[in-house]
Amino acid sequence: MGPLIPNGIIGGGWDFVIAILLGVAFGFILEASGFSSSRNITGVFYGYNFVVLRVFFTALIVAMVGLMYFDYFGWLDLSKIFILPTYVTPMIFGGVVMGLGFILGGFCPGTSFTAIAIGKLDALLFTIGLYIGIFIFSLGYPLIEGFYNSGNLGNVTLTDVTGIPAAWFALVFTVVALAAFWGTMIIEKRVRKNMKEYKF
Amino acid sequence: MKNTMDNQPKYINPYLGGVLLGLLIIVTVFITGRGLGASGAIKSSVVTTANTISPESTKENAYMGQFVSDDHSPMYTWLVFESLGVFLGGLLSGIIFGRVKKFRTDHGPKITSRKRLIFALIGGALFGIGSQFGRGCTSGAALSGSATFALGGVIVMFSIFGTGYILAYFFRKLWI
Repeated sequence: MGPLIPNGIIGGGWDFVIAILLGVAFGFILEASGFSSSRNITGVFYGYNFVVLRVFFTALIVAMVGLMYFDYFGWLDLSKIFILPTYVTPMIFGGVVMGLGFILGGFCPGTSFTAIAIGKLDALLFTIGLYIGIFIFSLGYPLIEGFYNSGNLGNVTLTDVTGIPAAWFALVFTVVALAAFWGTMIIEKRVRKNMKEYKF
Repeated sequence: MKNTMDNQPKYINPYLGGVLLGLLIIVTVFITGRGLGASGAIKSSVVTTANTISPESTKENAYMGQFVSDDHSPMYTWLVFESLGVFLGGLLSGIIFGRVKKFRTDHGPKITSRKRLIFALIGGALFGIGSQFGRGCTSGAALSGSATFALGGVIVMFSIFGTGYILAYFFRKLWI
């Protein structure tokens, strides 16, 4: 049955209406969870607020397990969904640069949009930065094209690479996440006790 | 006690937020066959600007050229509409929870607003560059990618958060 749009069950004309509705839900969840505050987000790196870890890992577990059930029941053909292509070194490099941007900027692209919506100027500057960064990348592309396209493994999943069934990854990930939820709860309590000022 | 509780920002329980976000990813993949994203919309606006200023050099640019079409504007893509929704959803939540206020800047206790804004700009630029190499950002690559068991998604996720933790100590004055 699914995915509905690629399988032609929902016509192409509905694409953008659905895009806006899914986006509204996404933005609402991000803002309601506290991701419209950069100090809230960066707490995950300093131990005073692990809301990012909780939301992110919970979402991953729910989505991983849920998608596997959808596949198992035959509602969704996982072989028809988009799998992000893997370019090993460029992706590690990109992740490192994004990590630096995360620590300096305090937002990621999606969260900055929701923060602009409630009036945060730092989010506006972050988004302008995103725009400038992508412009610089595009203009410099001829110089970096070789590296950008290197290490291409294609649209592979963890199962394709290791031969281990996806269910095992979902299980291991769930166990690691539960341990992280417990461990970070303890860290958060200790760190907050030593903080004079804790405001978002 | 009651008073301090009232002063706390009213956020939903993070585990509830996580479950809702996970369900949203499932619904999104079920309907569209792909996950959520954010950086792609900024890329579209960069391509649109370049295409407006200089259509020929944009088409010749091996990167931007692939996003230019004769049929429609580069803004006419799924991620642009989705990101518009993200903004509206954030606004809706902000209105409901009483967080929509006049323009303001969040910053750590040890730095000025001005310094915060400069670092936000630099951080954004780095995130923009990194997201192109990563084939997506925290939403598209790390979250949606990992949720669909894509190797690349897991690589991006660990690189972003690993780097964050390694570098956090050096930039602690910005935040604590």
